[in-house]
Amino acid sequence: MILGIDVGGTHTDAVLLENFKVKKKTKVPTNQLHLVSSLIGVMDAILLDEDPGKLERVVFSTTISTNAIVQGKADRVGMIVASGPGLAPESVRVNEDTRFVSGYMSNRGIEVAPVKKGEITEALSELKEAGIGHLGVVGKFSTRNPAQENEIDALTRSDFKHVSLGHRMSGNLNFRRRIATTYLNASIYDLYNRFVAEILDFAQRTGLAAPVYILKADGGTIEIRQSADQPVLTILSGPAASILGIMSLADCSGSDAIAMDMGGTTTDIALLADGVPLLEPLGVTIEGHKTLIRGLKTRSIGLGGDSRVRVDQGELCIGPRREGSAAAFGGPYPTPTDAMIILGLTEIGDRAKAESAVAEIAGKMNLSVPETARAIFEKTCQGVASAVTTMIEEINNKPVYTIHELLEEKKLRPSRLFLVGGPAAAVAPRLGEILGCEYIIPQDAEVANAFGAALARTTAEITLTAETERGNLTIAEEGLQMKIPAHFTRKDILKIGTEKLRERARKLGAREEDIEVEIVEDQEFNMVRGFYTTGKNIRLKAQVKPGLIAGFARGGARS
Amino acid sequence: MKPLRKTGLIFFPAFDWAISTTHPEREERLLYTQDQVFEEGLLDFENIVEYKPGLATIEDINRIHICVPDAKSVITESHLISAGGAITAAEKVLTGEVDNAFALVRPPGHHAMRVVHGARGFCNINIEAVMIEHFRRKFGHRRVAVIDTDCHHGDGTQDIYWHDPETLYISIHQDGRTLYPGSGFPDEFGGPNALGTTINVPLPPETSDEGFLYVLEELILPIVGEFKPDLIINSAGQDNHYTDPITNMRFSAQGYAKLNERLNPDIAVLEGGYSIEGALPYVNVGIILAMAGLDYSHVREPDYSPESIRQSDENTRYIRELSKDIVDLWKKRHSFKAEIVKGAKYARRSRNIYYDTDGIREQQEETVRICNDCGGFIAIDSTASTGKRVYAVVIPSRSCDLCRLEGEKHFRSIDKKKLGAHYLVLQDRDRDEYIAQ
Repeated sequence: MILGIDVGGTHTDAVLLENFKVKKKTKVPTNQLHLVSSLIGVMDAILLDEDPGKLERVVFSTTISTNAIVQGKADRVGMIVASGPGLAPESVRVNEDTRFVSGYMSNRGIEVAPVKKGEITEALSELKEAGIGHLGVVGKFSTRNPAQENEIDALTRSDFKHVSLGHRMSGNLNFRRRIATTYLNASIYDLYNRFVAEILDFAQRTGLAAPVYILKADGGTIEIRQSADQPVLTILSGPAASILGIMSLADCSGSDAIAMDMGGTTTDIALLADGVPLLEPLGVTIEGHKTLIRGLKTRSIGLGGDSRVRVDQGELCIGPRREGSAAAFGGPYPTPTDAMIILGLTEIGDRAKAESAVAEIAGKMNLSVPETARAIFEKTCQGVASAVTTMIEEINNKPVYTIHELLEEKKLRPSRLFLVGGPAAAVAPRLGEILGCEYIIPQDAEVANAFGAALARTTAEITLTAETERGNLTIAEEGLQMKIPAHFTRKDILKIGTEKLRERARKLGAREEDIEVEIVEDQEFNMVRGFYTTGKNIRLKAQVKPGLIAGFARGGARS
Repeated sequence: MKPLRKTGLIFFPAFDWAISTTHPEREERLLYTQDQVFEEGLLDFENIVEYKPGLATIEDINRIHICVPDAKSVITESHLISAGGAITAAEKVLTGEVDNAFALVRPPGHHAMRVVHGARGFCNINIEAVMIEHFRRKFGHRRVAVIDTDCHHGDGTQDIYWHDPETLYISIHQDGRTLYPGSGFPDEFGGPNALGTTINVPLPPETSDEGFLYVLEELILPIVGEFKPDLIINSAGQDNHYTDPITNMRFSAQGYAKLNERLNPDIAVLEGGYSIEGALPYVNVGIILAMAGLDYSHVREPDYSPESIRQSDENTRYIRELSKDIVDLWKKRHSFKAEIVKGAKYARRSRNIYYDTDGIREQQEETVRICNDCGGFIAIDSTASTGKRVYAVVIPSRSCDLCRLEGEKHFRSIDKKKLGAHYLVLQDRDRDEYIAQ
């Protein structure tokens, strides 16, 4: 059995799967002040009369990290930043408690300026005196050589509760994002770890021996103990759960597709290339912080079934705000849902109320009520469709850096639209028509998020840079430096990269059968100095991409 | 606070293209620049936007070049992309999408002349010229100033605009007596119909920031100011850098950034620069920040030490005198024409042109009609060591009626066989037509 749980804004849903079919589903109200009690509550409820020993895995999708950041419940963090030359230090400052220190690695990971011990100890004692318990340490190009971050870490001794190191957050280059990510990680460390402790305690009390996973922003899972050092990985996992949900309810494999969740307030859009959800190229953004946290590429627009409809200077305006439910359900203003009711696209609510609300708009527009309803409906569909089109265009215009890629460019051309959410059935035919897509409305959509979380596989990535001239190989995410022989080749890096990725994925909680290695980047450059080839610079990026666990036939599950 | 500007960045490192494995123009060239731009997170700034390069077309090339035997044969896809990247940069600026743009593309182009038999100085086609003629045709901006800050004299760009009074070409470079291509002296001052719209400033070896910025303030900015261009283009070669392996100058990343801040070009296009690890990452970050109006004061090379790259007092004096002489010459530019022309109807120049990259020699005779109303029609007779001979007639943009009439008449009078030419070309730049026979 597999247990999937989604902690949403209002409800916490749980779904218990047996042979990938829904055995049971339960819903409890979410206690925003104490999320863990909602989690435990829903588990208690769904596991009633069940043997926890039969569980193979438990997966949570929770907003705990997101909420901590958004609601400002995060801890104060001292940041030690070795910024080196480049951008002005002030432009990379993330908070008041940032101390800029000496130390600088070049883009090849060669030390240019050393760390000054005196500077560090002074900064540390200042931060300690200020009562700060959490530290973030970040150096420029630390993913190319983590030595200076480690050196600073060693100087913190046991004076701080926890130290988050920049190079551990991601293998990607981007100093400002590395700083933001490290800062966020340190700021939610305590809160997240208390949450983990409570869950583990609950598991122990109830005899739950199955591995417990948490859903990450990229739609992958991570074993809960492994996530303890990197709580920031779990921010913004909400949209990921919903996309994974669609992927588990319908068969999204094959051609390119659009996955959409249309709610009352917003419509969330994601795109799938050959059945695989697209990721943000660098990382997700939260509360104005651009991070290096890999996340699904989603766009949320302020256009939903309950968006307020009004007339501004003779023009129909829909959204971006929801100011109550649809008029047909006693809401204060006309909405797209009311228009859909009038047009007979859905048979919910009080039709008379919908008509009288839309009549007000019709008067201002000099149109009949049905004409106005048609116009509102059309404008809603066009608004959503144009957001989708813009998103596809942006992806197709993404710069590439080789002639081969530029000339052979692969374009995203979705041919199917997967749609969940309240107004899904009413808007799907027209949206499909505008976007030139076949539309599919998956069944059981109310448990989509919990279902998606339950079936998400563990993801991992790894970034390797080798230089044969210096006989050096760096594995960024692992903070590892290895010696390599001068005759090291692209084949060797592929072998090491694959092995290390498998190892990493297993450590993060992946089952052997779910480790599908994909090479994302594979480049080799001759390094020439003074007109002679001195060695090779070889780069490799590999990943286990987001997807559903093995053994599950996509779209095959029905309750 | 400096004003922020919206800057377009067209980054195309062509990681799968090289002239040859160990050639300076190879895959690795922009690798560390990419790393530095990514690590500094420059693309996260709201006012820096990256665009994918478009592809230039054969028509774009034929608008300005006469390629032998034809455009397709002298280029590879990479040239269409780097010229296309420059065109994209210009389009983003001219449609108002951005305030300025930087085409950080390779391969470069400023040694490519009007007639192309092969590659010279790592260049096959002149990417700035292809860009300029594209936007002139599409957007109609006529007056263009090209400031070439590559360490090598941009003899290709100079050749293309030699007779064009609407294009101001200023090149600052290491003195041709000490560096390839060996040209670019102050007396190279433009053709008889375009005197003073070509300006050459050969700087002595070991000129540092002080010298470059002096020339900028005392010579370039005043001349550009009087020329009143619609657009300023920086041919942003980066081989004046103190670490460059094939030149002898002492310019720094700070200097390059300051130069771009003061010059404030609408479009910058990467040219040469082969200190791929010691200079390019820092120079490019400096230029991008300066163009975007962001703080570049902390950008510096790992081994930067201003004391060790200071220029000699002798150089300072030399540069002051040189600048003064050139500005004086330029002020008197209108008075030379009569003296040079001496009442002749045509002016002719004969040249031997060497294509170092491809090892080709070209013998060229170029004749221009003396004209006070347009750039004058041009006739070119060119024979290369490949055995190929081309005869071309060029009708200039916005040609006067007489130059058109005489140019067309001349073209009709040419008997290809009798002359022994393999190709006969009419490049009608005014009507945007290219006829090859």
